[in-house]
Amino acid sequence: MRLIKRHIDDDGTGSVTLCPEEPEDMWHAYNLIRPRDLLTASAIRRVTTESASTGSTASQRVHTNLTIRVKSVDFDPQAGQLHVSGQIARENRYTKIGQFHTLDLELQRNFTLEKQVGGIDGGEGWDSVARAQLEEAIDPARGTEAVAVVMQEGLANICFITQHQTVLRQRIEVSVPRKRSGAGRSADHDKGLEKFFATVLDTLTRQIEGLMEGKDSSTNFPILLASPGFTAAGFLKYITETAASKGSKLLQDMVKRKAFVVIHSSSGHLHSLNEVLNSPEVLARLQNTKYARETALMDEFFALLRKDDGRAWYGPKEVETAVEKGAVGRGGGVLLISNSLFRSQDIATRRRWVRLVDRVREVEGGEVRVLSGDHESGKRLEGLGGIAAILTFPIEEMESDGEESNGSDNGSEAS
Amino acid sequence: MSNRRVKSLAADEDDYDDYDNYDDDYEDGGNEELSPEDKEQMRQGTTKVREAVGSAFPATDKEIHDALWHYYYDVGKTVAYLKNKQKPSTAPTKAKKDEPKSKLSTSFCSTALPGISRSDRGGQDGLQATIPQKDADGRQECISSTIYSTEFSAAEFFKDCPWLRIPEHRKAEILIEPVYPRLGLLGGASAGGKMSKLAALAAKRRQKESERSESTATGSSESQDDYTTRLNKLRLQEINRAKSNTSRDADTPMREGDKAVSDSGVSADILRQDLPDPLSHGQTTSTPDLSVSVEPCIRGRPSPFASIMTSHDADLFLPTSPDLLAVGENAKSFDFAEPSPDDVVMKAQNAKVAAPAKTKPKESARTKTTSLAHGVQQLSVQETPKVKSKNIDVLAEYKKVKRKKAANFVVIGHVDAGKSTLMGRLLFDLKAVDQRTMDKYRKEAERIGKGSFAFAWVLDQGTEERERGVTIDIATNKFETDRTSFTILDAPGHKDFVPNMIAGASQADFAVLVIDASMGNFESGLKGQTKEHALLVRSIGVQRIIVAVNKMDAVDWSEERFAEIRQQMSAFLTSAGFQSKNVTFVPCSGLEGGNILAKCSDPKASWYTGPTLVEELDQSEPSTYALDKPLRMTINDVFRGSVLNPLSVSGRIEAGNVQVGEQVVVMPSGEKAQIRSLEVDDEPQDWAVAGQNVVLNLTDIDPIHLKTGDVLCSAVSPIQNVSEFRAKVLAFEHLTPMNIDVHKGRLHVPGRISQLVGVLDKSTGMVVKKRPKIVQPGNVVRVVVQLDQPVPLEPPSRVVLRANGETVAAGLLEKNEMRP
Repeated sequence: MRLIKRHIDDDGTGSVTLCPEEPEDMWHAYNLIRPRDLLTASAIRRVTTESASTGSTASQRVHTNLTIRVKSVDFDPQAGQLHVSGQIARENRYTKIGQFHTLDLELQRNFTLEKQVGGIDGGEGWDSVARAQLEEAIDPARGTEAVAVVMQEGLANICFITQHQTVLRQRIEVSVPRKRSGAGRSADHDKGLEKFFATVLDTLTRQIEGLMEGKDSSTNFPILLASPGFTAAGFLKYITETAASKGSKLLQDMVKRKAFVVIHSSSGHLHSLNEVLNSPEVLARLQNTKYARETALMDEFFALLRKDDGRAWYGPKEVETAVEKGAVGRGGGVLLISNSLFRSQDIATRRRWVRLVDRVREVEGGEVRVLSGDHESGKRLEGLGGIAAILTFPIEEMESDGEESNGSDNGSEAS
Repeated sequence: MSNRRVKSLAADEDDYDDYDNYDDDYEDGGNEELSPEDKEQMRQGTTKVREAVGSAFPATDKEIHDALWHYYYDVGKTVAYLKNKQKPSTAPTKAKKDEPKSKLSTSFCSTALPGISRSDRGGQDGLQATIPQKDADGRQECISSTIYSTEFSAAEFFKDCPWLRIPEHRKAEILIEPVYPRLGLLGGASAGGKMSKLAALAAKRRQKESERSESTATGSSESQDDYTTRLNKLRLQEINRAKSNTSRDADTPMREGDKAVSDSGVSADILRQDLPDPLSHGQTTSTPDLSVSVEPCIRGRPSPFASIMTSHDADLFLPTSPDLLAVGENAKSFDFAEPSPDDVVMKAQNAKVAAPAKTKPKESARTKTTSLAHGVQQLSVQETPKVKSKNIDVLAEYKKVKRKKAANFVVIGHVDAGKSTLMGRLLFDLKAVDQRTMDKYRKEAERIGKGSFAFAWVLDQGTEERERGVTIDIATNKFETDRTSFTILDAPGHKDFVPNMIAGASQADFAVLVIDASMGNFESGLKGQTKEHALLVRSIGVQRIIVAVNKMDAVDWSEERFAEIRQQMSAFLTSAGFQSKNVTFVPCSGLEGGNILAKCSDPKASWYTGPTLVEELDQSEPSTYALDKPLRMTINDVFRGSVLNPLSVSGRIEAGNVQVGEQVVVMPSGEKAQIRSLEVDDEPQDWAVAGQNVVLNLTDIDPIHLKTGDVLCSAVSPIQNVSEFRAKVLAFEHLTPMNIDVHKGRLHVPGRISQLVGVLDKSTGMVVKKRPKIVQPGNVVRVVVQLDQPVPLEPPSRVVLRANGETVAAGLLEKNEMRP
């Protein structure tokens, strides 16, 4: 996302003009735009005019810039589209204040986001988390994108891995007959498997073509084929054969530059992606990405949790207590928090987490990691209630019988 | 015989549409005023009759007229009738005069007690009343007599309705308006209830009837037989309707029957259409309100004739040969020998001494009519399914057939322990695989440089499996010993294929754990899949385990090695929850074939005197299954069986039974399918029960709805789809809220532990610690698992939870929490 203009006061009020360039930027915008913000973007609106003399009506579509006070944000990760709806806050010659409008943010079209402090409903303005998110959004260093195919016999999940999210693009299910005893019956299985491979390859090619659209053809990204057993290896063999015999140029190119990497995973379900991204093959490629670091931290957290020595805690209450006791501080204290917690509609809830983050970062001196809930590591964190901490010293017993201690759902509902 | 008439007999609701037509008929036939044509015919007929009987015959013109009218101007019959009538001419005229009043009173009597008479009686009345009419061929008569029989009982009317079984004290009081007799229905009845011509005729006829039946019991029974024979002949006619040339002798009954049908149809319909719309007949008599009580005939009882006619539709077998026994029996249930109850009452009132013997036949008639009612109930027409179910009582059949013991066992163990080779050798030794095939395998295996895999190839049929020398999927094979027929489920040992192994183990009755005895391999196996598999089969519910210590040839049949392995494994298996009496050890060699079928010939192995592997297998006790529970079967495989059976599924029935033609539901899709045919152990069968390995050939379903891991269940009580469940599991690894795969047989779905409800005490099951943060391995814990998609699961079933390629927990489903 390109930053066009930034004007943020010390107290947090101010506006930012941004230009989204990639679908991923929509995800950033989704994190930045919160209810009660003012959003200005170009819009197409149908305007009905009534002639004063005859009373006849005429309607026309007009392109205009609209400013709305955001009521709800709707993000479609698969299509990379962001719909923001709210009430018009500034009048212009076509619209009146208070009318409803849904802005569809588009690529290559600027939008201006304004956050206010105080006001009627006590907005927080650009708080520390929002500023960090903004910095992240406008960071020009793009991480390596990878395409992953997590598969097992009869099932394949094609997903795009970006810096901040994992998008499941397509799930493929093809029924493959099992092997059966009897002469020639294993042919059924082989045939079914080949059909499965063909389907997956077709879909994968289509997805990659879509991804390459509008990009330099030399763009290099790995395609990870992960499966238990020999399915992925068999698939790679199939790809190579197909590319040689009848493959498109794109496919041949990819085979030539060895874009395909076969990785072991324990199952073909999406959450095996976690194993994929931990595999040495991938870590070598995605070494410095935010994602790799997050995954490593989550693993560290789980390792500590297994030791059960009181240095790893999860759940909102527990982590807050630990922070209060100063256990998440300098020398190894890490606060892991899912960004979905900051999406809370309730200002007080968001404020609670922002304060926690600020305290750890500024007062205690610990490390804070805001994990993307759209990534596998973030999903693992959300399973723990959206928040976890690695402590500098063990806290043995934390009595909390609050309902939320083991929050049954992800942290967004915890309050 | 028109369709319409037949239909009217069936007393369908649609028949209301036809009323207008019948209306017209009656208008024509029933008018007091004779049409000019009729008059002319009447005149001619009278002359002819006079000629025939002679002038001396003491019959009035009126009588002749009546008779003619009655017989449709059939001179011959009229003459016969008149002559007949004259013979017992005691006092016909007097009787005729008496009758109107008496009849009136009778009908009032009977109708004055509505709802009191039990259903039997009500039904019988109606029936009895209509039957003689047909016998007598009388149109008018049947109308009037049916009216008399309109005695109504609510109990009878709602006989087959469930609300009728309301306890007495809860019933509301229902006042049912009596049905007033409507005499002279067609004969232009006047207000006074004066006897119409038709009614008079009917009365006369009945009078005669009763006299006849009184005089000769044999004669009447003969007439009844005659009637049924005629009906049956008619029945045959119906079947051969296509044949235009009907035999001569069958012709007459046909016509008469025809008339009877029309008559009875008319009689039923007159009442029906009449009651809702009395004005159409210009009736001035007081007609009852249009309440329920006045529609007794809506659900008219099918006449015997109708039941015979309609029996054709119900696909009942009817003999086409002169052997009419079956039909005769059927028809006998309407005994025409007995007079109707009306007649009995009438006789009593006419002061014509009623024989006390009469009551007995009446009773028998009653029972016979009820049996008729049952018969009619069974005649309900059903939608014909594509594949006809034979409606076998599977459980009864199952008990009848005596069979060999059958057992499934799963072969488990670490990768390369020699599971497939051992089983290949077993099958070869038992002659389940012939020498030629074996030679072929051996040659092929040697060609790709894997000579030692020849036996494994018996089970590893997949191309990839052979290339890589690794079992990937479960292989099933069958063999028989003298006592038992076995199904081998050869599981893959490789870590990645544990899901397949779980699928195999969930079908097994007991397990054979194969252990590589060679140095180092046993130790590494114990850390690997030997341990995991053993834990898995135990948590899936397998009780008995045979440990085959394989590759003994590699350690020179060392007794010490065997003892060492035995000691370690016993300790481990006991800790895993196997009872020591259910664990047995056999040293053997798959490659060489020692101690599998026969004792090992190697002198070094002489120290072992215990049973061989096959002998050990034979010790297995057959498991019992819930045969009477609703059907449950997890689909193991979906495939194209053959050209005839384009869609087949295989699996082991977990509960219940299934038969050809049955409708089943596939979950989670909820689609219905029909069993076209089924095979039990590759043999076509009509039914199968729990515990059997079956191939079901399905129809009426799109293959899209079938996946391995789906559950076939009975349509009556299908399994529910759940997206969240609660389970009591034994933790093998650390448990936190985390992502897991849920396995149950072939079912393999992603999900996550959303909540650790509490650690339980192993022995008491009480909650020791609520909401633990983390659960240490070895603890029993209650967890809530959320699934990404709804899947068919129901308690009590055993699930295995895996994460990152490791089994983290296994346990029992507790309570489904429905979440739409």
